[in-house]
Amino acid sequence: MDSNSSFPKGKIQNIRGRCLILSGDDIDTDRIIPARFLKCVSFENLGEQVFADDRKELNGDHPFDQKINKGASILIVNQNFGCGSSREHAPQALMRWGIRAIIGQSFAEIFYGNCLALGIPCGTMSEHKIATLETIISENPMEEWKLDLNQETLNNHKTSLGLNYQPGALEMLRTGRWDATYQLTSNSDKLTQKLKNLPYLNQFNN
Amino acid sequence: MSSGTLFDKVWDLHQVAKLPGGSSQLFIGLHLIHEVTSPQAFAALKDKGLNVFCPDRTVATVDHIVPTTNQNRPFSDPLAEEMLVTLESNCLNHDIKLYGIGSGHQGIVHVIAPELGLTQPGMTIACGDSHTSTHGAFGAIAFGVGTSQVRDVLASQSLAMNKLKVRRIFVEGNLNEGVYAKDLILHIIRELGVKGGVGYAYEFAGPAIQALSMEERMTICNMSIEGGARCGYINPDEVTFEYLQGRLCAPIEDSWNRATNWWRSLCSEENAIFDDEVLLNAAKIAPTVTWGITPGQSISIDENIPTPDCLEQSDRSIAEEGYKYMGLRPGTPIKGTPVDVCFIGSCTNGRISDLQAAAKIAKGQNVARGVKAFVVPGSEQVAQEAKAERLDEIFREAGFEWRDPGCSMCLAMNPDRLEGRQISASSSNRNFKGRQGSSSGRTLLMSPAMVAAAAITGEVTDVRILLNKAL
Repeated sequence: MDSNSSFPKGKIQNIRGRCLILSGDDIDTDRIIPARFLKCVSFENLGEQVFADDRKELNGDHPFDQKINKGASILIVNQNFGCGSSREHAPQALMRWGIRAIIGQSFAEIFYGNCLALGIPCGTMSEHKIATLETIISENPMEEWKLDLNQETLNNHKTSLGLNYQPGALEMLRTGRWDATYQLTSNSDKLTQKLKNLPYLNQFNN
Repeated sequence: MSSGTLFDKVWDLHQVAKLPGGSSQLFIGLHLIHEVTSPQAFAALKDKGLNVFCPDRTVATVDHIVPTTNQNRPFSDPLAEEMLVTLESNCLNHDIKLYGIGSGHQGIVHVIAPELGLTQPGMTIACGDSHTSTHGAFGAIAFGVGTSQVRDVLASQSLAMNKLKVRRIFVEGNLNEGVYAKDLILHIIRELGVKGGVGYAYEFAGPAIQALSMEERMTICNMSIEGGARCGYINPDEVTFEYLQGRLCAPIEDSWNRATNWWRSLCSEENAIFDDEVLLNAAKIAPTVTWGITPGQSISIDENIPTPDCLEQSDRSIAEEGYKYMGLRPGTPIKGTPVDVCFIGSCTNGRISDLQAAAKIAKGQNVARGVKAFVVPGSEQVAQEAKAERLDEIFREAGFEWRDPGCSMCLAMNPDRLEGRQISASSSNRNFKGRQGSSSGRTLLMSPAMVAAAAITGEVTDVRILLNKAL
């Protein structure tokens, strides 16, 4: 488990680490973190509970339990990863387990936004490329990879695979402006203007 | 790119600024909070030394963790109690209105905001809950957000967001007797898939949609997210205005007339441009039931569970996972599948018309032996209305349990849950693995009337047969 100090911070341009494959389409946030673990007023302990039920079912054989994946930080998934509930507990649990980047065929939207808010880049690759990547990783799971957000590539010593990011999200991550609160609060004049102008906040007189 | 749609108009009206990186800062007209996704947001606000920017534009209630059998405080579950205490103190400290237990208006957040008249056309609405899409039924742009975004809305009454594309789902024809809004939305998700809506807002339109009541429209928009669409909406019309008029927070007198004029002006133009359009026919839809582990894995009551060879290649592996988890065999009928638990409630189907439809089936009947059936009204208001109509008595006499309002077994963050491999007939919205509180529990999604029918017969049943008997 990583300590709090290594959570994403500032400019995110390169992520180095081993890859972990989690196969399957439509993996929902109830599976990533079952609802009973949402009974908490802090995210602190979620890392241990990530995929709790799936892991129990596989009795040590789940990718998040396999020894070889211990310490991996780049998660490889398939289609529509993170669908379902909006719970930010899901990316929080992944992050607290040690995940720092996710690469997949596609992501559910709320999950994608939640990851961005935590500084976890979600990149996409075609089905074919993901399959290629999975083969390479399976052949040598201990290999280190470098996710390069400037080049938009995932590299090991002999392979380089291109991947896609939403331009806005990519810009926010690379420049360290993925924590939106500061930007949003700095426009307070314009926000006050909206409060004065929106019809439903002004007895529909505007 | 879409233009002239309600989505475009409301988006443009609420755009505050373009942010570095290209996303938009979108003003949020109404922010709804509950006990599960807000505590960490308030904590983060405190960490950053920020205040709530517009306390009067945030409204709170408690729904996910409340027990439905005994709501006396303190709750018997100390974690649930701690979450409610935290919400109460956050609301108190920040001057946020909280509709707590016994206030007369507590309930599932997506049930109470419409019934209070808080949800109105033309608003942007955010809540840390994916079923916020429900409020789109009024012609609002409403979507679920994560906890970091709850923090952002508290701090700035706005969000960073990319504009969605707009897909119009035009539904012609009319729903047949015994076929409900739930069947229609399950059918739409089956047709377009659980990821079909990613990147889109869904505009539901056409005669079949216009013919729906507000509560039915909420059922439709509620499950947009199960189709991958973060937001779904319906253009406001006389049905919308009639529902709103006289509600606690609805505009009154002169401002009511100004409001309806403004609301009308927001509707999608006749020549609006959509990024995509889909045409469906409501008359072809039969009562629909899920058989698998995603809301897209559904069939009509007369069909057999699909065999892999009649599915698209890309749907086969999740289908295999579904057969295995559900213990159901491809090529066999869903009708006649025995059920253990029957749950009527949730933000999808916990409103008064849902309870009326179920009570019509339950009246004078008995819950089958060995089946546990319970009804959870969506709010204190719904409970009160149901009691005034004596629906609670009809259910109790038939052997259903009548509970207090809350999210209940939709997601089992409270004592209501499946045990072991139990299989439920459920009027809720998600049949994910483990969703209803047991890691091997199984869920069949269907309309509230279909759940009532399953409770009476003890198995998945075509509600139309019971309806015909009732006539």
